[in-house]
Amino acid sequence: MRFLLLFSRQGKLRLQKWFTPITEREKKKIIRDMTTLVLARQPRSCNFLQWKDLKIIYKRYASLYFCLAVENQENELLALEVIHRYVELLDKYFGNVCELDIIFNFEKAYFILDEFLMGGEIQETSKQMVNRCIEASDMLQEVRSTHIKSNNGLKSEF
Amino acid sequence: MSPSVPLQEMIRAIRSARTQCEERGVIQRECAAIRAQFRQSDNGGRSHNLAKLLYVHMLGYPAHFGQMECVRMIASPRYSEKRVGYLGAMMLLDEKQDASLLITNSIKNDLSHSNQYVQSLALCTLACMGSAEMCRDLAPEIDRLLQSSNSYIKKKAALCAVHIVRKVQDLGELFVPAARSLLSEKNHGVLHGAVVLITQLCERNPETLKRFRKTVPDLVQIMKGLIISGYSPEHDVSGISDPFLQVRILRLLRILGRNSESASDAMNDLLAQVATNTDSTKTVGNAVLYETVLTVLDIKSESGLRVLAVNILGRFLLNSDRNIRYIAMTSLQKIVGTDHNAVQRHRGTIVDCLKDQDASVKRRALELSLALVSASNIRSMIKELLLFLSSCPPELKAQATSGIFIAAERYAPSKRWHIDTILHVLTTAGGDVRDETVPNLIHLITNASELHCYTVHKLYRALLTDISQQSLVQVACWCIGEYGDLLLKGECQETEPVQVSEDDVLDALETVLQSHMSSSATRGFALTATMKLSTRITDNVDRIRSIVSIYGSCIDVELQQRAVEYNALFKKYDHMRAAVLERMPLIEKNNSGNTNGEATRETLTETNSSKVAQEERVPPPPQQPAKQTYDLLDLLGGASEPLQQSPAAQTLPIITSSSAGGDLLDLLGGLEPTPAPVTPAPSATVYEKDGVTLTLSCEQQSDSSLAVTLTATNASQSDISGFTLQAAVPKSVQLNMNAPSRDSLPAQGAAQLTQLVMLNNPNKVNLKMRIRISYTRQGSAFQDMVQVDSLPGLGAAGHT
Repeated sequence: MRFLLLFSRQGKLRLQKWFTPITEREKKKIIRDMTTLVLARQPRSCNFLQWKDLKIIYKRYASLYFCLAVENQENELLALEVIHRYVELLDKYFGNVCELDIIFNFEKAYFILDEFLMGGEIQETSKQMVNRCIEASDMLQEVRSTHIKSNNGLKSEF
Repeated sequence: MSPSVPLQEMIRAIRSARTQCEERGVIQRECAAIRAQFRQSDNGGRSHNLAKLLYVHMLGYPAHFGQMECVRMIASPRYSEKRVGYLGAMMLLDEKQDASLLITNSIKNDLSHSNQYVQSLALCTLACMGSAEMCRDLAPEIDRLLQSSNSYIKKKAALCAVHIVRKVQDLGELFVPAARSLLSEKNHGVLHGAVVLITQLCERNPETLKRFRKTVPDLVQIMKGLIISGYSPEHDVSGISDPFLQVRILRLLRILGRNSESASDAMNDLLAQVATNTDSTKTVGNAVLYETVLTVLDIKSESGLRVLAVNILGRFLLNSDRNIRYIAMTSLQKIVGTDHNAVQRHRGTIVDCLKDQDASVKRRALELSLALVSASNIRSMIKELLLFLSSCPPELKAQATSGIFIAAERYAPSKRWHIDTILHVLTTAGGDVRDETVPNLIHLITNASELHCYTVHKLYRALLTDISQQSLVQVACWCIGEYGDLLLKGECQETEPVQVSEDDVLDALETVLQSHMSSSATRGFALTATMKLSTRITDNVDRIRSIVSIYGSCIDVELQQRAVEYNALFKKYDHMRAAVLERMPLIEKNNSGNTNGEATRETLTETNSSKVAQEERVPPPPQQPAKQTYDLLDLLGGASEPLQQSPAAQTLPIITSSSAGGDLLDLLGGLEPTPAPVTPAPSATVYEKDGVTLTLSCEQQSDSSLAVTLTATNASQSDISGFTLQAAVPKSVQLNMNAPSRDSLPAQGAAQLTQLVMLNNPNKVNLKMRIRISYTRQGSAFQDMVQVDSLPGLGAAGHT
């Protein structure tokens, strides 16, 4: 996978994940291209596009478009499943996720993504595993912050 | 986890801004506050500040001042800060930034941390933005982690290793033993990571590929386990057990079985089992089936299995889900060359997909349909394609027209059918055809001498209906000019004759001349046609004379020149008029003679590169018309073909019309003049690579000057655009390169490119040439150089 973008119907970017090193300028251009291309599509059309030498798979969930770019030898139908799986993970975490959840908690959305995909490949194929890991990391964050307070600023080591 | 309140407040503030200006104000204030906070020492709110900055960054505002803060946060002992710090590193730092090197040490420390979540942060960041140096530094660590007992860490280390192998290919060797042992894991996450890693290693190194072929039985076992096993809640997706892993294993099997009989044999049973047992009602099942089909078609499978695979694709084609139909056509396109008959069976369905609403499906259907055209189905296929053309989306028009032309040329059952088809295309989509269509059609018409009468009647009728399609009008004018007498005679066997009077014909031509829809080239055609009629009609020669003299003061320089010359023909050279304007002889079709010099209309994917290429080239000054004015008796115009380049076909039509026959002796009418050397010059192939062939032929023009023709063809499967040639010769030799005939090379040798190079060698030195070839194929640029040490055909002329 090359990149994953989430944007709203108005073309506002909600999440961007790049799996290859690209300059800032290139990124902005790609975002512009993607939003124009995808938002111009008819409602019940095919979810696959060809763009330069990449395949673009996009799916609309409520008011958000999920746009994934893969290389030519990858399986498009599976990419659709990847997008769906990510939506399911977000749903489980936030409970009936909506766009506002992703706007106000974007860093959590990234953390979940980083437990599911890594380096452009799928990391974990089990939903439950991903959820468990996210919960554990969150717990760790909580524990650590309270722990710090009780130690009155003494640097604690893990 | 409690949300970050400061972050949420800021997001709310930004969102409530009503205008862009207001938003920018809010963000500037926030950024200033963040910068101030960064400068302060640890205050417990650092992670909130960085999170705020990352949000601002996502909105598109600059955030580079946060880079150092990321580095500091990563080094912090607090998990919350590390987490946001690493996220910031992934978003703000990439391998091009200098600050990224600073986190190498932190990553190294965190990789050996006692807490697995900290380790995972480090692994994730390394896999996301690790540069080559970082990868080299940390590869041994990753290898160690691959052998740890913690499967959570193992699976992440595997993907990290994948990234390392991508960045630094040589390190692949390091991971081979670990990868091999990971295949015996039970944990799906680790297994998946292992399969991905092995795939990467095999793709990059054929030696490793051979070694991993031995793992095929193990992979087959794992797959069997997945298919046969019962419901497993952890990994089930709509009845399929872990489809992600299944697809990856199938892909690895494909790579392993590709050129190996034994490996392919070992997986035959499994593939058959997957193909028959997978439930295809949901997308997941179809994803697995799709991957299976791709694998079967790529390895050396037995014929029964191949038939099964093609049948699955056929079933996909009938699926109501557009996505499935789309991928079915994509796969069929890949095998249409090898399993042509199998694909032909589904031709009906494919042709139906041409009528689908969706643009992606239409595109695939068009490509596949064009590939399926053959001598036996040409008539019905072209009928369908012409129907498609009338309702075709504009971005596909150019591809469709050129495809129809190529197919028609290859398999035309009769000349009349061929001409009809081309005319039909021109009436429907005349604006999107390639520019060599006009001369090609004219050539075709000239050669079908028995159909001259039919053709001219048809074209005349077409002209009366609609004069907006420039190519059609140009051909029509040319024909009327040439065969006007047949038109006036009124009798025709093949089509209903119309009584046409000379006035009617001249009216029609005058309409074209005066219409604002006609381009300058078209008007040139019309004027010449009018002139030619002066020898073919009897009564209205005066009318012609007056038309011609009116245009003698036309603003358009090209028309004015023609009119003046024709006037001269009436006045001073009236005795020659009949001879000059007589019927054209049959023209030798010069295959490389797409020498109109115009830029051809590219398909969507090639447009950008071709536009850039066109802008770089400067059109050489049009010297031909002036020269040819005085060469009244020099029948072939005496000069090389007018290879003027027009940047865009519409903006400078003057040049094209001059090449289209602006010389007085318009013997070649609308056809571009063939290159001067009529005798075939000896040629040699000087370059052949990736399907691109370059041949060179020379002809001695005079004692010291030499005309070298470079011809390029593209025999590969993909189109080439932006094709340019540059040449260098020894110092004392003068080089003059004319513009090439085109700048793109369509696939499979559909058209050739010629470029004429004039060399002047007064000192008679040893002639050598160095040619640089550059082009773009599928979005990537290629460049190559070839040295020609001896030019062919120079044997005895005193040049050694």
